Amino acid sequence: MLTETKIFCGCPTAFGAEPNTQTCPVCIGMPGVLPVLNRRALEFAIRTGLATNCAISTYSRFARKNYFYPDLPKGYQISQYELPICEHGWVDIASEEGGHKRVGITRIHMEEDAGKNIHEEKGPYSLVDFNRTGVPLMEIVSEPDIRTPAEAVEYMKKLRTILRYLGVCDGNMEQGSLRCDANVSVREAGSAGMGVKVEVKNINSFKFVERALAYEIKRQVKTLEEGGALVQETRLFDTQAGVTQSMRTKEEAHDYRYFPDPDLVPLVVDEKWIEEIRASLPELPDIKFKRFVKDYGLPEQDAAMLTEERAMADWFEEAVKAGATPKAASNWMMGELLRLLNKKNLSIEKSPIDPKQLVDILKEIENGTINRTQAKEVFEEMFNREFHRIYDTSGRIEVTLPAPKVAMTARQIIKEKGLVQISDAGELEKTVDEVLSASPDEVNRFKGGEEKLMGFFVGQVMKITRGKANPKLVNELLGKKLST
Amino acid sequence: MKIDDKLVEHIARLARLSLTGDERTAMVSDLSNILGYIEKLDELDTRDVEPTSHVVGITNVMRDDRPRPSISADEALLNAPDRADNFYRVPKIIE
Repeated sequence: MLTETKIFCGCPTAFGAEPNTQTCPVCIGMPGVLPVLNRRALEFAIRTGLATNCAISTYSRFARKNYFYPDLPKGYQISQYELPICEHGWVDIASEEGGHKRVGITRIHMEEDAGKNIHEEKGPYSLVDFNRTGVPLMEIVSEPDIRTPAEAVEYMKKLRTILRYLGVCDGNMEQGSLRCDANVSVREAGSAGMGVKVEVKNINSFKFVERALAYEIKRQVKTLEEGGALVQETRLFDTQAGVTQSMRTKEEAHDYRYFPDPDLVPLVVDEKWIEEIRASLPELPDIKFKRFVKDYGLPEQDAAMLTEERAMADWFEEAVKAGATPKAASNWMMGELLRLLNKKNLSIEKSPIDPKQLVDILKEIENGTINRTQAKEVFEEMFNREFHRIYDTSGRIEVTLPAPKVAMTARQIIKEKGLVQISDAGELEKTVDEVLSASPDEVNRFKGGEEKLMGFFVGQVMKITRGKANPKLVNELLGKKLST
Repeated sequence: MKIDDKLVEHIARLARLSLTGDERTAMVSDLSNILGYIEKLDELDTRDVEPTSHVVGITNVMRDDRPRPSISADEALLNAPDRADNFYRVPKIIE
């Protein structure tokens, strides 16, 4: 969860700090300390529950899960067992056959994270960093509704989108802020019930989710077809080899002896607070998607891409508000903007260009000053210049920036680069005549019915004008000349 | 609940304790006595009693999400049996 501090103490949760500099007697389990719940962690769990259609428990409590492992200083993890904070929810995912598929959510509970172990390549030691110990986690448990690896990926992506909309998790799988353990079982087609389940761990990217599950399904089917039996176990995905391997941990007990944590008093969440949190929820992705299709007349594919990230959707709406037609804004965002952002490895929040600047360029297309090809050039030039203006030249993007002010207008760049499109009919007519008289062969073939040669003529005119000709005018002029 | 050698051995293993044969026999008898004493409570009719998970009648003790200073790595590692740089060093966990 994106809290500032840990779930039961005031230590910071920032990722990447020097080892063991973000701990205190509470999170490293010194005797006699008392954990106190971070109110925001509870609020985030409730927010998530409401956004995934869960019932919020008005009475809930924490439990101790007991086991020994070096990354767990207390010898138990504070988690929830009976009476989790959220239960019985669902999310809809895009189904492979089109439409939606509903995936049930069994429960969402809060718990504390464990520390991080680093294993020496050689040598008999492991190293332990407790900075992560006590960072608040939500465990979202789904019903056995997912049938294919692709659906599992869709589900993960949908959850990530929702969590990011809510601002409760940054969804960063590389840094471990979003993780996934998958339970996989197979059964004979048409049979009821579920087969023996295997838990697959270490699948911490969308790519690995799909690959690990596909492998595990194949492995289970093969085992059964060869007359073997499956055992309930935990398997680790080996990202290098692309296979799952049985996890042999020393003396695994599978006996957690959960009991209510006596250090933490029960939680009673009243209706009033739940309703306050509900009222503070942002417009959620499913609803935004429908609104984008309905209000802006966007194709579903565009709406889906734009609403995947809240910041993307906001950027789009600002562009439309500033005067862009919805489809044009969508095309430019999905095309040029994303291309340039990816090139610089920037998120939309850090875009050097703001929506008003895009609209500024679009207006120059509309009023005929530049054509689309030239507009792309202007866009890229503006993007790069703003990038260097905002970020220092080393390209470091650690700075958090306010929305950049318009420092540069499209007009300035057009002027500097001499990009104004030729819309002078007289001037273009000369070029068109030149092209036609230089290609008598093609002219005859065109007149004989080879209409696709129109593209050739337009191309020639563009070549001579170095892309500056107004394509609409060129087409008109060519049409006129060739029909006589 | 019947306490036998096997159960005591299991509990000892979970608690990372190794018992001698005599200790185990003593534990079987001690634990049986304790449980037997507790089982007296079964005689009570608790049909109308809410299960208790906590003896103090308070709920919702929470704090604001405001950072407080952590202790230094050196302080944290003072009680560690072994360290390497700023890490706790433990016997290797995986094979």
